[in-house]
Order: sequence, then C-alpha cells, then structure tokens
Amino acid sequence: MTSFYLFGAVAVGASLLVIAQRNPVYSVLLLIASFGALSGLYVLLDAPFVAVIQIIVYAGAIMVLFLFVVMLLNAPHEDTEQDLERMASRRPAAAGGVRIFGGALAAGLLVELWWALTKNGGESGVFPGGAVSSVRTIGRSLFTDYAFAFEVTSVLILVAMVGAVVLARREVVTGLGRGRPPGPRTLK
Amino acid sequence: MITPTHYMLLSSALFIIGVAGVMMRRNIIVIFMSIELILNAVNINLVAYSSQLQNAVGQVFALFVIAVAAAEAAVGLGIILAFYRNKETVNIDEMNLMKW
Repeated sequence: MTSFYLFGAVAVGASLLVIAQRNPVYSVLLLIASFGALSGLYVLLDAPFVAVIQIIVYAGAIMVLFLFVVMLLNAPHEDTEQDLERMASRRPAAAGGVRIFGGALAAGLLVELWWALTKNGGESGVFPGGAVSSVRTIGRSLFTDYAFAFEVTSVLILVAMVGAVVLARREVVTGLGRGRPPGPRTLK
Repeated sequence: MITPTHYMLLSSALFIIGVAGVMMRRNIIVIFMSIELILNAVNINLVAYSSQLQNAVGQVFALFVIAVAAAEAAVGLGIILAFYRNKETVNIDEMNLMKW
C-alpha cells in the first residue's frame, strides 16, 4: 500500500519534471525514472513480466534511442536567448549532475529488475487472487488467441525499421550534370 | 486498500501531464517524450484491470502497446533527425512546411 503511493508519487513527480525541464537530457533521464516507477507498479500488480519488459524495452532500448538523438542533435535548450545564456554558464555543473543522476538511475533500475525477477507472485499482489500473470499464461494467450496480432506487430516493426533507416539516412542528390539524366529528386 | 480507482487516477494524472507536455512544449523531442508518457498511462490501466479481473489479456495488450511505442519512437526520431538536418532546429514553430 505504501509502495503504491511511493511509486505513484515518483512517477507523477518525475513526469511533471519531464515537461518542466529545459534541458532534454534531464528530461530523458527523468522519463526513465518515471518508467522505472511504473515498472515497480507493475510488480505490485503481480505482473512481473510486463515490469521486466518495461525496464528492458522502454527504459533500456527506447529511451537510449531518445538519448542518442538528444546527444546527436546537441540542442540542450529551447531556442531562446535567455536559455542560451543560462546554459552556457551552467554547462559543467549540468554535466556532473547528469553523470551522478544517471549512475543512481542505472543502479536503481538494476535493483528493481532484480526485485521484479525474484518476487514471488500470488499472495502479495495488490488485488486478491492467484497469479494469472505468469509468463506461461501470457505466452499462451499471445501465441494462440492473438497470434495474428503478434505477426502483424512483427511486420509493423519491420516497416518501422525500414522507415527509420530511410528517414535518417543522408539524402544524396543525384543527377544535374553528373552523367545521369536530371529527374525528380529521390531518396537514393 | 488500493482499488483500481487509484490506478485509474494515477493513469489519468500521467495522461494529463503527457497531454500538457504536448500542448505546452515547443521542443519536438520533449513532445515525443510526452507521447510516450501518454502510452504508458494507458498501459497502467491495462495492467491494473488485468490484475483485477484475473485475466492475462490486459498484459498481452500492454506488450502490444510497448511494441507500437517502439516502432513509433524509431520512425519519429528518424523524422526528427531529417527535420533537424534541414532546419537546424528542434522548435516545432519552425515546422510549417505543410501549412497551406
């Protein structure tokens, strides 16, 4: 019961700070903290599989992708003059803060992952009743009743992968007197 | 005693925070993070009701939501990269090429 309020407070507070922060790097780290708290809520709800997936896929993969893009764009502020001045004076301290916060976050997520993996389901769930949410039940449902949706999801991820590669690659302008007939500019 | 209402309140709080982020922020990366927040708010509801109704289908759908969020993040970040390459900014006020 206390855990619910603890995790809920962390989730809501971190989410509020995500949209209140000026520096996107802090926003990404706070969002990871928020997802970690949500993962704790899933463990409390007797859903350890979703909790582990939340940490590994969401906090691990998706947010690292976000962090990559934030670092790649190197745009740690909104485009206003005040922010430019403030960020210029605050840069070294901010970098140290990010390092400490990131380290603490990684340690916290590891502990939480261990907790989710070792916690016995069943009697300690928030709502009474047995553990329906074992990996076996989820897997059976996923591969029988929802097999079609599962396959469609794999196609969706393939399409998203191809789309991301096409969108993110550098556009090469061909034609225009390079020995090829000038035609419509294509993503080549 | 924690009831599903508690989880719904938490979920709606996160949803509203996400919508507020989409509305208020001008940085397109933060807007994307707010969208992730909205998707997670939905996931809380799915998992909470899965636990309360003793039915694993809610968790299956939560997994689908996570997969769709991953696909959306990949494509969206690709769009952000392409946009930044053209305009050298992440401010969505500059993103007006398709505005009549």
